[in-house]
Amino acid sequence: MNNYNIKTLVIDDSVYETGLTKKYLNRKTYKPVDQKRVNAFIPGLIQKVFVKVGDKVKAGEKLLILEAMKMQNIVNAPVSGIIRVVPQEGILVKKNELLVDIG
Amino acid sequence: MSLKQKLLDLFKRIEKAQTGGGAKAIEKQVAMGKLPARERITTLLDRNSFHEYDLFVEHKCADFDMDKKKLPADGVVTGTGSIKGHPVGIFAQDFTVAGGSLGLMHARKITKIMDHSLKMGIPLIGINDSGGARIQEGVNSLAGYGEIFYRNTLASGVIPQISVILGPCAGGAVYSPALTDFVFVVDKISKMFITGPEVIKTVLGEEISMEDLGGAKVHTEITGNAHFFAESELECFEQIKKLVSFIPWNNKKKADPLPAKMPRSNYNIENIIPLDPKKPYDIRDVIKAICDDSDFFEIQKSWAANIVIGFARLNGETVGIVGNQPLVLAGVLDVDSSDKAARFIRYCDAFNIPLITLVDLPGYLPGIDQEHAGVIRHGAKILYAYSEATVPKITVILRKAYGGGYIAMCSRHLGADFVFAWPSAEIAVMGPEGAANIIFKAEIAGADDPDEMRKQKVLEYTEKFANPYIAAANGHVDSIINPSETREFLIHAITVSANKSEVRAFRKHGIPPF
Repeated sequence: MNNYNIKTLVIDDSVYETGLTKKYLNRKTYKPVDQKRVNAFIPGLIQKVFVKVGDKVKAGEKLLILEAMKMQNIVNAPVSGIIRVVPQEGILVKKNELLVDIG
Repeated sequence: MSLKQKLLDLFKRIEKAQTGGGAKAIEKQVAMGKLPARERITTLLDRNSFHEYDLFVEHKCADFDMDKKKLPADGVVTGTGSIKGHPVGIFAQDFTVAGGSLGLMHARKITKIMDHSLKMGIPLIGINDSGGARIQEGVNSLAGYGEIFYRNTLASGVIPQISVILGPCAGGAVYSPALTDFVFVVDKISKMFITGPEVIKTVLGEEISMEDLGGAKVHTEITGNAHFFAESELECFEQIKKLVSFIPWNNKKKADPLPAKMPRSNYNIENIIPLDPKKPYDIRDVIKAICDDSDFFEIQKSWAANIVIGFARLNGETVGIVGNQPLVLAGVLDVDSSDKAARFIRYCDAFNIPLITLVDLPGYLPGIDQEHAGVIRHGAKILYAYSEATVPKITVILRKAYGGGYIAMCSRHLGADFVFAWPSAEIAVMGPEGAANIIFKAEIAGADDPDEMRKQKVLEYTEKFANPYIAAANGHVDSIINPSETREFLIHAITVSANKSEVRAFRKHGIPPF
């Protein structure tokens, strides 16, 4: 741990010569949340889909049931809009996979 | 039966109980680089000092044919002994007996030695090597864990509690070590996690090895759950012995002093620090130039390395040292370094160990990730811990001490008893570049040559404010000292603080930003 490569870090416009940690170098860059894109918050099974492409939905309306860890998770529309993409019933989805796109 | 026969019978019973899981299981244990439970204890403790209790305890489970199973000592060895003459209570789970699984009687043996240690006011050492709850005992094994956690909490800050992870420690079992003061891990042997790779794979579809999920390196470098890392069990035991030599038996005592020793001559304090506050150096070299025999016992070396914490001695007395590390992230405070320092400060305060704070930091780490990770809440812990501490608090400002970082690092305003500064100290609201850019914004923007004007204004600000004299003029700093006198000033400050007492308003307890 003594073997830090000396790089620079800027704080209040001052440039410091210092080592950087792995955690700092691997920090996630921030991406604003796109509310129109509903992603799977957990891997699971698309048990039921209540909407189809072209449907108008209001914020809070039921979109689908994502079954994971033996629980049926109801996924609601975060915003109002027109459905552009829906998943097929019965498929398995990975974590963070796009489920519904509300245009 | 004559007494002799009775004795022979006793010896036979002892021998049988002490064979643990039998020769084959022990062989397997040893092949993994692990010592058997009793051998771990006798290796760690002073020779012939270990006295075992509850060897003949048996489990009472009758379900799933458990009544037909004898589990020697119910899978855990408990007793008392000493380390370098310090008395300690100790337990070691025996993986060779039913995988060291925790049933109710196993837990009761542990809670009994915990109760003993707490009553006797002696440190408690727990060696963890267990597959987890004994499923056959159902809710009773959960009761066992809960009874251990409860005692860990009651003993916290009263007696030192040391956890040694020498095998698996998974699920609920991890929370006992997490509640204790110091966690020791050994490479390739220690494994700690709440849910294992199997469950993670089933639920999340993510694959990871046990080592990458919760191995010794993970807990020393990434999570900060472990305080000490060793390559082997023997090295780990040496670390424990050393730790025990630095800390008191309980919160009513002070740590045993050793004869004073001068720092070693190869650490020359005047040559360590570059004058330019933007250049790095290793704060541990400063610590070694100050403390007895240049012997600094660092804690959580590889986690949040932008702050350095550990024990050392000054004039033979144990002190706790907290220092910003300019070598890593310029020594900033952030989420992890605040957590790390705050807990250590509270440890020292609980166990009558004076605190020495060495300051050289530009402030808190800027970043969206830091803000979203709750740097406000975490950073507040260090303020809380310093303000709450009533042990002698001595601060030395070596170089930069800017803004919120200056306040947080045991400033006079948080109740430091003595604040010293080197002539190289810069105690200011922020670094000269940032300050000049704000204060002289209009002048810089309106100048014919803005860059030249900026340089000039930075220089002006540096000359006027980047020094310790404004803070000294306000009494925020007690003395500006020659760096080579640091050790002498610290020893004097600790000597005159020996009877420090501070009375605070009665309260059940504060509400720190956990």
